[in-house]
Amino acid sequence: MTSISSAEPTRRDFLYIATGAVGAVGAAAVAWPLINQMNPDASTIAAGAPIEVDLAPITQGQVIKVFWRSKPIFIGHRSKKEIDEARNVNVSSLKDPQTDQARVKAGHDQWLVLIGICTHLGCIPLAHQGQYDGFFCPCHGSVYDTSGRIRQGPAPTNLPVPPYEFLSDTKIRIG
Amino acid sequence: MSGPSTYQPQNAVLKWFEARLPIIGLVHSSFVAYPTPKNLNYWWTFGGILSMMLAVQIITGIVLVMHYTPHVDMAFNSVEHIMRDVNYGWLLRYLHSNGASMFFIAVYIHMFRGLYYGSYKEPREVLWILGVIIYLLMMATGFLGYTLPWGQMSFWGATVITNFFSAIPGVGETLVTWLWGGFAVGNPTLQRFFSLHYLLPFVIAGVVVLHVWALHVVGQNNPTGVEPKSSQDSVAFTPYATVKDGFMMVCFLLFFAWFVFYVPNYLGHADNYIPANPGVTPAHIVPEWYYLPFYAILRSIPSKLGGVIAMFGSIVLLAFLPWLDTSRVKSATYRPLYKQFFWVFVLVCLGLGWLGSKPAEGGYVIAARVLTAYYFIHFLIILPLLGLIETPKPLPNSISEAVLKKTKVAAAMLLAAGIGAMTLLASGTQASAAEGAPQPPRNKWSFAGAFGKFDQAQLQRGFKVYKEVCQTCHGLNLVSFRNLADPGGPGFSAAQAAAIAAEYKVQDGPNDAGDMFERDGRPSDRFPPPSTWKNEQQARALYNGTVPPDMSVLAKARGFERGFPWFLIDALPGFAYQEHGVDYVVALLKGYKDKAPSGVTIAAGGNYNEYFPGHSIAMPPPLTDGRVEYTDGTPNTLDQQAKDVAAFMMWTAEPHMMQRKRIGFQVMIFLLIFAGLMYFTKKKVWRDVHAH
Repeated sequence: MTSISSAEPTRRDFLYIATGAVGAVGAAAVAWPLINQMNPDASTIAAGAPIEVDLAPITQGQVIKVFWRSKPIFIGHRSKKEIDEARNVNVSSLKDPQTDQARVKAGHDQWLVLIGICTHLGCIPLAHQGQYDGFFCPCHGSVYDTSGRIRQGPAPTNLPVPPYEFLSDTKIRIG
Repeated sequence: MSGPSTYQPQNAVLKWFEARLPIIGLVHSSFVAYPTPKNLNYWWTFGGILSMMLAVQIITGIVLVMHYTPHVDMAFNSVEHIMRDVNYGWLLRYLHSNGASMFFIAVYIHMFRGLYYGSYKEPREVLWILGVIIYLLMMATGFLGYTLPWGQMSFWGATVITNFFSAIPGVGETLVTWLWGGFAVGNPTLQRFFSLHYLLPFVIAGVVVLHVWALHVVGQNNPTGVEPKSSQDSVAFTPYATVKDGFMMVCFLLFFAWFVFYVPNYLGHADNYIPANPGVTPAHIVPEWYYLPFYAILRSIPSKLGGVIAMFGSIVLLAFLPWLDTSRVKSATYRPLYKQFFWVFVLVCLGLGWLGSKPAEGGYVIAARVLTAYYFIHFLIILPLLGLIETPKPLPNSISEAVLKKTKVAAAMLLAAGIGAMTLLASGTQASAAEGAPQPPRNKWSFAGAFGKFDQAQLQRGFKVYKEVCQTCHGLNLVSFRNLADPGGPGFSAAQAAAIAAEYKVQDGPNDAGDMFERDGRPSDRFPPPSTWKNEQQARALYNGTVPPDMSVLAKARGFERGFPWFLIDALPGFAYQEHGVDYVVALLKGYKDKAPSGVTIAAGGNYNEYFPGHSIAMPPPLTDGRVEYTDGTPNTLDQQAKDVAAFMMWTAEPHMMQRKRIGFQVMIFLLIFAGLMYFTKKKVWRDVHAH
């Protein structure tokens, strides 16, 4: 096959470029479903819909665990002492500065709703443990306070707060 | 692995690598510089197409396994989960199931090419035998894969095929028990079949490597059967063969895409949408179309062991072909007598395939025996004799000489072969014929055809019929309430779907006291089971020995045979007919008669129905004129209610039909454009060779 070397692309080159481009588009179009099928499927997403939790049975001092989107959610009914301890803190001295008020809903300060996954490497911390009587993660020793904020140990950030709202004084919807 | 590799890397890194593992040079010598006869016709592109289809099956298969559960209690539902919930799951499943058929179409064309042009003759005997081994592995893989959805055909096909081995004297029964892992086909069987189905394609890939290696040692055959004599006779594989293979691959993908997007269940069997039931054998067990010729051979020998030997023998015989055919001339182009026997053989194979789909009764048995005998006579008597008595036409001196005077295969022959091939393809598709029942009349459906759409108002009316009439006894356990709001469906809003869900009571629990309790349904819940029966035994006690089937995929689990040539036309663009199931449902719902016709007796507890196989159905007529009130002003005649609920059932069976047809249109247009570009590219690349 003789090769024509010229400065401008010839008609033949255009055909080859067009075919190649269309082929590349086809390859991308084929790749997308193969990649997207690994994303969460419709039933998994549907199972992650918001859940409602009744707060009435939770006594003061109790911390319960429910699951939402396969993650453990801590719901704690704090005593006045625990709320005061959470607020009597120099916020700027915290590793991940956040006020307690920013982590609860106004008027419902006794209710603490957190995602119960240690922000270090993902273990589930234990409630009412550690020197702040908050949470303690047994895997690598992270210590959280009664607002779920990191105080000591290798975890970089506070226990996250999931999206939730109060439907009434005794019922919340998480998600 | 010799090859005229002229590959010398310029780059220092590549030079370093090439000195340690000369893989780039290997690819270059095998697929770039490799000399290919310049007169190969399009029948030679199917090797490349087969490689592409193997890749398609492996890739779609690996991805499907991410969502499939190989357990008898969960397999069927996991496949439906793929079809309904997994992103593009319906596409992956249809690619894989139709891909298997495409794989076999390509392999049969590839094999018949070999038979016609004598590609199995010296020095290509090992190449051919490796091909026979690949074909056997493909048949095993296809059989194992078909069992995985665990439908009625999966289960009973597994039972029949594994029972072959009980024909072996002495060890037969032990062997079958070992294969089953139990006293019958069951969960151990399914799980090991799953493991082997995942394994064998990689074994196939390994044998394909050997096959291509063996090919490259001796070089390709060509339409003249005269080996290349000089470099004048060949061209470099890249770009010449690459672009020609590429063009045919795109054309093949067009053919593949038509099936996947527009007639995805055409090549399958309706009974496989019924969950496996070890207590009930389907009226007509048929394997998939690609096994039909061998199924016919098996059934035509009256002895059990003889049938099994004949069936396996008919395939193993192929391995001896290089020695059975005594002619020194390779290509049928120059063998006028053999050419005629070749086409007769093609017709015999197609005939055997069609007969394999028919019940083993009467004239069909005689015909199958005649054709089976001819099949063996072709290989064992005709081929050896032909080589000795035939006078071949004079061979050209070289490929270059032959290229100057081209001949074309008679178009009529190809057309006849094409129709015959479609007959074979379609034979496996025939749903079991209703004994004595007439063909259901064809209705007009808004969702029929390539551009069909569901009528949302109709789906909503159909849902009302289901809720008020059918739901009492029939479940819908694969459909979730949230699906009612999905695009391409009845078009309820998310709030309406949630409200509908809340009308139902769903069992949940245990609660903290340890009790199960009922709560309002949520969008993520599935439709709960009917409240009238808790388990199958109770259903049988209530309903005259029958269990009301779940309605989720019923529209795909029912159908009927269409005679020749209609069942061929049903697959064609513009004529595609996929609505057998819903036409049957409508006919059944309208088919009740107060009195059975004279001569027909209905057992106690049965109702006469004109369209039900056997005419005696346990379900009393569920619909009458005015049974369900419609709120949109549509007259609620029996006919209308029947059509509406059938349309609703089509949606529950194929919730993604609209997306499928829409994406199908985009894919077909894309492939047509791409095929056109590839065609002109191929012509451009080949221009100086064609001009010689």
